[in-house]
Amino acid sequence: MNLLLKNARVLDPANRMDQVADILVEQGRIAAIGQQLAAGEQTKVLDLTGKTVMPGLVDLAARLREPGYEYRGTLESELNAAMAGGVTSLVLPPDTDPVLDEPGLVEMLKHRTRQFDHVSLFPLGAMTVGLKGEVITEMGELSEAGCIAFSQADRPVVDTNVLLRAMQYARSFGFSLWLRAMDPWLSTGVAASGAYAGRLGLPSTPEQAETVALQTLLELQRSVGVHLHICRLSTAAGVELVRAAKARGLPVTCDVSINNLHLTDLDIGYFDTRMRFDPPLRSQRDRLALRQGLLDGTIDAICSDHTPVDDDGKNLPFSEAEPGATGLELLLSMTVKWAQDDGIDLLTALSCVTANPAGVLHTSGLQGPKLGSLEIGAWADLAVVDLDAYWQISRDTLLSQSWHTPFEGMEVPARVCATIVRGKVVWERAG
Amino acid sequence: MYNPQLNRHGELTHLLTTEGLPRDILTHILDTASTFVPLAARDVKKVPLLRGKSVFNLFFENSTRTRTTFEIAATRLSADVFNLNINASSTSKGETLLDTIANLMAMQADIFVVRHEASGAPFLIAKHVAPDVHVINAGDGRHAHPTQALLDMYTIRHFKKSFSDLTVAIVGDVLHSRVARSNIHALTTLGVAEVRAIGPLTLLPSGLDQMGVKTFTRMEDGLRDADVIIMLRLQNERMRGALLPSSHEYFKHYGLTEKKLAFAKPDVLVMHPGPMNRGVEIESAVADGPHSVILNQVTFGIAVRMAVMSIVAGASA
Repeated sequence: MNLLLKNARVLDPANRMDQVADILVEQGRIAAIGQQLAAGEQTKVLDLTGKTVMPGLVDLAARLREPGYEYRGTLESELNAAMAGGVTSLVLPPDTDPVLDEPGLVEMLKHRTRQFDHVSLFPLGAMTVGLKGEVITEMGELSEAGCIAFSQADRPVVDTNVLLRAMQYARSFGFSLWLRAMDPWLSTGVAASGAYAGRLGLPSTPEQAETVALQTLLELQRSVGVHLHICRLSTAAGVELVRAAKARGLPVTCDVSINNLHLTDLDIGYFDTRMRFDPPLRSQRDRLALRQGLLDGTIDAICSDHTPVDDDGKNLPFSEAEPGATGLELLLSMTVKWAQDDGIDLLTALSCVTANPAGVLHTSGLQGPKLGSLEIGAWADLAVVDLDAYWQISRDTLLSQSWHTPFEGMEVPARVCATIVRGKVVWERAG
Repeated sequence: MYNPQLNRHGELTHLLTTEGLPRDILTHILDTASTFVPLAARDVKKVPLLRGKSVFNLFFENSTRTRTTFEIAATRLSADVFNLNINASSTSKGETLLDTIANLMAMQADIFVVRHEASGAPFLIAKHVAPDVHVINAGDGRHAHPTQALLDMYTIRHFKKSFSDLTVAIVGDVLHSRVARSNIHALTTLGVAEVRAIGPLTLLPSGLDQMGVKTFTRMEDGLRDADVIIMLRLQNERMRGALLPSSHEYFKHYGLTEKKLAFAKPDVLVMHPGPMNRGVEIESAVADGPHSVILNQVTFGIAVRMAVMSIVAGASA
């Protein structure tokens, strides 16, 4: 069935479009955008006066927790959360249990997700067997099974030679590597080094944990030429290094999480475990640099870093608590909030969760119609949004199995009303 | 800033840290302690302030000295005291910290005295206990040891009368020391002239200057004209992890000797939270010498812990 969306404010960051228009969807793709489009036969018409239609969000890091951690989140609960957050494409880190280091496991994941065939999933294969940083995986086989790129998730590679070999091997086949910049020896803390960790007596991770590792990655990349995507940058000095690398023309992209974009170590207060993250929350200066990095294009994308954690994982002393927070349903709101806080135009802000992360996927080798864009012929992956609606983040308003988020209790702008994937309304907010 | 130690009337209901503790509450604790000090010399050392109350000593980390002083303090207040060595029982069976607390609350505990190896653990417990249950931090990780700081303040006030003109030097492993952190907050709140931290850069945490502390890497500079010296215990495991080369070299640079003591004021007080490593951070001639008030600290510690328990128990629910 075809779909005609009438009278919506159409926001398309990729083409800098912001106008009230109709969108005609045929066979799952965008067929036309214009005024007073006529509905053909067999076309469902939705009047979206007062609502905004934008490309569905592309989230570069969301852990769905299956297989292995179903007590924290299941494919069903977390994919519902994705749809409720207007996220239509998401990238899955390989740190499930077992880790995604064999083609069979990727096949199984694909099979399991077929029944929730709404959101496009892009699994990252493990770069080394068991994420142990010792033996490189069968990247070719994993790629054929459906892995978009290769990653170590949050496990560092201790042996620099393995890192170099992995880069060379990936480069041979044109694969991308998605890596965190984390020095294994310096990344042992639970909070950022600084006055706050000092006061609380928490083991701390200095910014050099990121910059030393980043220097190594970029220096190896310079000789190999592989595309590197740096996951979750957290320091001002790290932003500076990526900026310089991009200026030299190195094929590097990077992202930042909504948590590091909005919070600082001060928010830890008296050991609030909702603020426990990897990489840790850092200073106001770092947060400012991350925001600036997004604006000048040094940082490509904002991701949710969705990591559902159960109550037992958070009801612990700070240093023993599980890092991470739920985020799929917050990605849009926290991006719009950033735009409002800093007076940034909406198209620029929204490009960080649509066109830009889609660009990272295409750079990583994704073929087919352009993601994260409303151009004619693109898949009609859309979010229908009420940009003026404020809502309170709480246990009751989240669909994710985990309700642990540092933003709990906050009133935030922008509520997703419906999510459309390939022309089909897959999710609608009740009421 | 929100202070989890105070109830909505601004009364002290838990003692978790000296950070953010109002000066009048600090002073009130010291004043209350001074009424308990003479008890020790009496035939009957007990007062009935906590009669019928149950005090649970929850030591997730081993300590004989601190646990004993809390036990004596609670007993002198006529409370019933229960000592739980948690390492040996529940946690080894996989019970979580909050499960343990819920179980003990069901046994009608009134006060929990908690020592835990993780910074912040007593905050987690305080967040989950009933409003009429009180938590006293007896040392959490590297974070805080507020009763030790209070007894140090009591000792300083006892000998020096006033805080305002004092220069206090804290020497040694400040990075891993909850005593140092709690002392720094208490000293700055009580308004001493200067707080110094002395140690090699491997043992000084970042952010000391934001806490109002001047840092020194040489004893000769840091001890100059000090009124009070607080020595910290050096744990043997610091030789691992490349923090220090050897205890021998540490003593040479940072051990308190009579020779180094000469840089301080002639009436300087030498303090140590115990247990001491003689010949590592302090030489015996100083530990047992005329400037040492280390045993006074222990005596005052009982009165200070009595004061803290009686004050939190008196807070409204």
